Amino acid sequence: MHAQTTDSTTKEKNIEEVVLIGYGKQKKEDLTGSIASISSKDFNGGSTSADQLIQGKAPGVTITGNGGNPGSGSTIRIRGGASLTALNDPLIVIDGIPMDFRGISGAANALALINPNDIESFDILKDASASAIYGNRASNGVILITTKKGSAGKLKINFSTTASVSTKMGNMDVLTADEFRKYVIDHATQQKYIDMLGTANTNWQDQIYQTAWGTDNNVAISGGIKGLPYRLSLGYNEQNGLVKTNEFRRTSVGINLTPKFFDNHLSVTANVKGSMTENRFPTGGVIGAAQFFDPTQQVYDYSAQGDQVHNYWEWWLPTGTYNTNATSNPLGMLYSKRDVSTVFRGIGSLQLDYKFHFLPDLHWNVNGGYDYQKGTGAVTEYAGYRSTINTLGSRKDYSEEKTNKLFETYLNYVKDIDAIDTKIDLMAGHSYQKFNYKIPGAMTYHGDSSYDDPEIPRDKEENLVLLSFYGRAIFTIANKYILTGSVRRDGTSRFYNGTDNTDNMWGTFYAASGAWKIKEENFLKSSSVVSDLKLRAGWGETGQQEVGGWYNSFPAYNLSNATAQYGFGDSYYYMYRPNQYNPNLVWETTQTINAGLDFGFLNNRISGSIDWFKKKTSDLLGDVAVPAGEFSNHNIKNIGNMETDGIEFLLNLVPVKSENLTWDLSFNVAHYNPKITNFNEVAAGYIMETGGISGGVGNKVQANVVGYTPNSFWVYQQVYDNSGNPLDGVYVDRNGDGKINKDDKYLYKSTTPDATFGFSTKLKYKNWDLSTSLRAVLGNYVYNNFASQSNVQSIATNDYLMNLSSVTAAYGFKTPQYWSDAFVEDASFIRMDNLSLGYNFGEVFTKGSNLRVYGMAQNVFVITDYSGVDPEIFGNIDNGFYQRPKIYSIGLNVQF
Amino acid sequence: MFNFNNLRKMKNFRINRISIAAVVLGLSLTLGSCIDDLRQEPVTDITSASIYKDFGNYKNLLAKLYGGVAVGGQEGGDGNGDIADIDGGFSNYMRLLYTLQEITTDEAVIGWNDGTLQEFHKMIWSPANEFNNAMYYRLYTEIAFCNEFIKNTTDEMLSQNGISGTNAEEAKTMRAEARFLRAQAYYNLLDLYGNVPFVDETTFGTLPQQIKRADLFNYVESELMAASEGLKAPKSNEYGRADQAAAWSLLARLYLNAKVYTGTDRNADVITYCNKVIGAGYTLNPSYENLFLADNNVNNPENILSVVYDGEHTQTNGGTTYMVHAAIGGTMNPSNFGVNGGWGGLRTTKSFVQKFEANDLRGRFYTDGQTLEINDLGNFNDGYAFIKYKNVTSTGTPGVHDNWVSADMPLYRLADIYLMYAEAVLRGGGGDMATAVGYINALRARAHASTISVINLDFILDERSREMSWEMTRRTDLIRFGKFTSSEYLWPWKGNVKEGTAVPEYRNLFPIPNNDLVVNPNLVQNPGY
Repeated sequence: MHAQTTDSTTKEKNIEEVVLIGYGKQKKEDLTGSIASISSKDFNGGSTSADQLIQGKAPGVTITGNGGNPGSGSTIRIRGGASLTALNDPLIVIDGIPMDFRGISGAANALALINPNDIESFDILKDASASAIYGNRASNGVILITTKKGSAGKLKINFSTTASVSTKMGNMDVLTADEFRKYVIDHATQQKYIDMLGTANTNWQDQIYQTAWGTDNNVAISGGIKGLPYRLSLGYNEQNGLVKTNEFRRTSVGINLTPKFFDNHLSVTANVKGSMTENRFPTGGVIGAAQFFDPTQQVYDYSAQGDQVHNYWEWWLPTGTYNTNATSNPLGMLYSKRDVSTVFRGIGSLQLDYKFHFLPDLHWNVNGGYDYQKGTGAVTEYAGYRSTINTLGSRKDYSEEKTNKLFETYLNYVKDIDAIDTKIDLMAGHSYQKFNYKIPGAMTYHGDSSYDDPEIPRDKEENLVLLSFYGRAIFTIANKYILTGSVRRDGTSRFYNGTDNTDNMWGTFYAASGAWKIKEENFLKSSSVVSDLKLRAGWGETGQQEVGGWYNSFPAYNLSNATAQYGFGDSYYYMYRPNQYNPNLVWETTQTINAGLDFGFLNNRISGSIDWFKKKTSDLLGDVAVPAGEFSNHNIKNIGNMETDGIEFLLNLVPVKSENLTWDLSFNVAHYNPKITNFNEVAAGYIMETGGISGGVGNKVQANVVGYTPNSFWVYQQVYDNSGNPLDGVYVDRNGDGKINKDDKYLYKSTTPDATFGFSTKLKYKNWDLSTSLRAVLGNYVYNNFASQSNVQSIATNDYLMNLSSVTAAYGFKTPQYWSDAFVEDASFIRMDNLSLGYNFGEVFTKGSNLRVYGMAQNVFVITDYSGVDPEIFGNIDNGFYQRPKIYSIGLNVQF
Repeated sequence: MFNFNNLRKMKNFRINRISIAAVVLGLSLTLGSCIDDLRQEPVTDITSASIYKDFGNYKNLLAKLYGGVAVGGQEGGDGNGDIADIDGGFSNYMRLLYTLQEITTDEAVIGWNDGTLQEFHKMIWSPANEFNNAMYYRLYTEIAFCNEFIKNTTDEMLSQNGISGTNAEEAKTMRAEARFLRAQAYYNLLDLYGNVPFVDETTFGTLPQQIKRADLFNYVESELMAASEGLKAPKSNEYGRADQAAAWSLLARLYLNAKVYTGTDRNADVITYCNKVIGAGYTLNPSYENLFLADNNVNNPENILSVVYDGEHTQTNGGTTYMVHAAIGGTMNPSNFGVNGGWGGLRTTKSFVQKFEANDLRGRFYTDGQTLEINDLGNFNDGYAFIKYKNVTSTGTPGVHDNWVSADMPLYRLADIYLMYAEAVLRGGGGDMATAVGYINALRARAHASTISVINLDFILDERSREMSWEMTRRTDLIRFGKFTSSEYLWPWKGNVKEGTAVPEYRNLFPIPNNDLVVNPNLVQNPGY
């Protein structure tokens, strides 16, 4: 934790920077691993979600928002992740409690449930020598989050409020009504499709989007009562989404008590955070429906037929029934459904740190935590819409409960031994964590009760237990040479196979690292030019077991639902199916080597670091095809090996630092290069298809192949005519055998970019401040699935008309050509994430108070060649993506 | 106010010793129980170790073996599917069998563009075809479920699990039914793929070896023989469960095609087994139409074994739900068929239409707004619609649910036995010609078609098409007669040519999917692919 954390907005203090390293802390200057530390002064302003706070701040840490719907969270990757199909998410530890990776039904992402205003700092452990101490879930890095604490002394109150307006970035390029009319008349294969054209001019995408408003309010009170420091915070955030009917509200409360007893021998940190998040989700698929709906049709239909579906215009068949194969009216989709959820989350932790009276160098730390989440929701489909013509409406009430219990204890001994000018820091501990979730069976009731299941579905419950033992030693010699070693032994219940052979449940992970504080050497110690120079190197192993379900290795049977029974005689019987399982699963292990140099010049007016790393992952866990004859055609197995190497660079500059004017800049860049090196038990040249797309049945457009980057696009090479237009179905015959088939496909680009950049700067002149941050991704390629779905068949199939992407309408393909590399577009981009201007009125109220007023814009601009709306899509397949809003806000922050 | 400092000074030494002792004790207690806590067993699902100990579970286990043929997964609408990479309804056993056995022939065409579906009627499929892949894995998943049941119901296992007395007897009958279902799945593999990987309850867990078609024939034959010893006598088992007559019917079908599978005729055996079935007392249903209605599970003396569906309890997008919905489109009124809508997919070719006399009740075509000629396979109006199944009872009441169809799907019925008998006689298997002609005329009389006095092989092929239309045997029949791939018989869009053209002979077998070839190096692809 950072010493003396407060809610100060202006004053900087000379703090000895201390960084969390997992079960302990170290001075930043003494770190041997690759750790990025970001504190509240560097956070991105205007973040409504914790993950947005550090976007673009640390090299090698990419945070990609999952979409524009508020509360949808982000996908975080540290150095690209280390796994193939197992989880690639880093471990998130909040105030010492490791979180469950999975979300909860009704909430898109776990981090979105924490109020970002309560967060003090992030410490990101990037390489294995740093994260190995978290062994069993740390293969993809660890993010340690510390929340704000109170401080003894005078009562401080901090209040902030923001009001914002969000607008959309743009619409996908589709044909206008007139262009579509012309296209149908020119290309239709049958007259009946031309007859279906309407006379209206409707922009369906404009119909579903709205200008949304939002507000964010926070109050924090901190101080100390008779030696008991406390902090109490309350927050309320309300944000409507760009798509109509999409709403989000979060109320959060946090209490933090940090008393000390026994003459500071016993430090207690008691933390309770609670949040209640309410969400209304827009109907799924509505964005795709708006993109593809026929623009020549009107929105409303007041005929007798239209009366059946709340007067939204829909596609009907000559017989008078609605066309089941056709697209649905997007507005009708939005208003026909109410999908709401409430998630309550409470995280409580109690940490005791006891400094032994007889041996003050020995600390005993006990940490207990309890994370409880309850999600409840209801999905209501109203009667009298296209979707409910047969069912006459429906309602499903559902809930889910998750708990995460943690008990940890460790002993830590720190001693300066002057005789050998060495400081030793020894630690040994044990941790136990149990996860549980319960999903009661939820029944959907229909207006036409014959659609109801005959019985209420069964309840579902699962448990997962993680256990570990760990130890670490740090030696700091002459305050110049630092050596660290750690070992961790982890067990997981996930691989328990019911037998007494429990070896595969356990894994042992080692790490060692060193640092040389070159600055402390005599030849540099008094230098005024070089203010910091440190060389670091480390090696470590981490484990991964987050794949599939919680009982992958255990043979068990699953009972079917009430509507999947089989009849014998006059009775119906539920069916017992043997589950697919693998009793031989073992931990996936990643070994990382990291070397880095931290530097600082001219009293740290120029500072930064450069890191090089190499990761090797073995026993990759993946869900893959298996030989016919097993309980299913796929299973979770240890499938192979992968390697990644990369480089990261961070530079901080403070060009101007004076009484009235300060200006600082920060720049970072990262590049990494993953490759699959081996697949077990399959023929050479095995192509593991991945990256599902919309269109067709089970079609995939990416592949994992040995010797190539994971998730590369596996496509045909398009042939163009002399004017640059692609020829329908004509591809390069790459193997020269005279046929065009999958042997002519090749691996083109991938989801891994060439480089990612982050840039931020802050300018302060007297009471004014101006700051901005930008991110860029070079070599970002996205498969435009929206464009690839459009072709002549859109106006010649299943008795309805579907609009086309402007791009592919020009191509004129007769049938879908999903695998043409013409659809893999260069989506490299530069994005300005935020721009803010503020004025600080100074001590307006009492002494020591201040008031700051600011205006801010987020998602200011994006510069890209990509033909779609937003080039930043996790997974790099653009299909009905909910675009990120541009947000304009004004706010004030007052402290007294 | 509580004074912490005083407390510390007073109890300094005792706290230290006590605290150390407490720490050690506490840690050792928690550690011991913690490590055991790693042995977590599933909470909701039931473990394999315990499931076979309770006889109450056996019928539910058996239900999955039959259910694997009927539905795609563990939830209504094929949710929680048994196989991956293909969505529920498309992975249904009967729907896939229809795609491979019917859409590839003169009897059916389909209008949808899902994936590589169009490759079937055009006869241009490749080893990458996802429906071919799904059929293959569906058959093997069914075999795997059967293997597991068979392995756990041996006499040894039954006594080990404490199952005895009448329960044990019933368990043995169930075991015979499992062997029948497994043999049926292997029969489909034999017929569709020929040379396939082999796995039974003893080889389970090892990498399968490839078995040659002739050897697989012998295996299916021996399994059906063994099963018929354990199966209940004809018509004495519950509705929906296999009995000896089912095993005999499949044996008859197996022997009828023996020349294709092994190179040697077995027509005499066809006669033997047809006679066994006929001798068990089955009679024709007086109404052809009733065979395919929502209440075809009652008053149906012709039925030997069907796949059982119910609108409330057995809901799937394959099976008869598919057969009814997919065949409705254009101006057809779905409520006449007892359902809420049509999917506008299936029609038929003129080659099929032209086989029927005007009076023949089996030739029910919907022609309003439909053309006889097919110019565009994707357009529902091209080609006559064909009426086979309806979600309506024999008294006109719609089925219990307007989306999920309640009609059962016959796998083996007496009419098929009659036709096989007649064909075996014509092929020199013995039997009696007059009896054969009598059987054919019985079928024709029921259908209000004219009586005939003489039969020949070509006539039998056509009569099979008229009687057994859309019942999953057409491709097998055409291959047996040498007309599936050759130029002897052309139908619209055969070989992707409007008037039809011959296709290479290797297409008499489907290819082994690429997915299995890459993970099982023991396998060799069928020739031509």
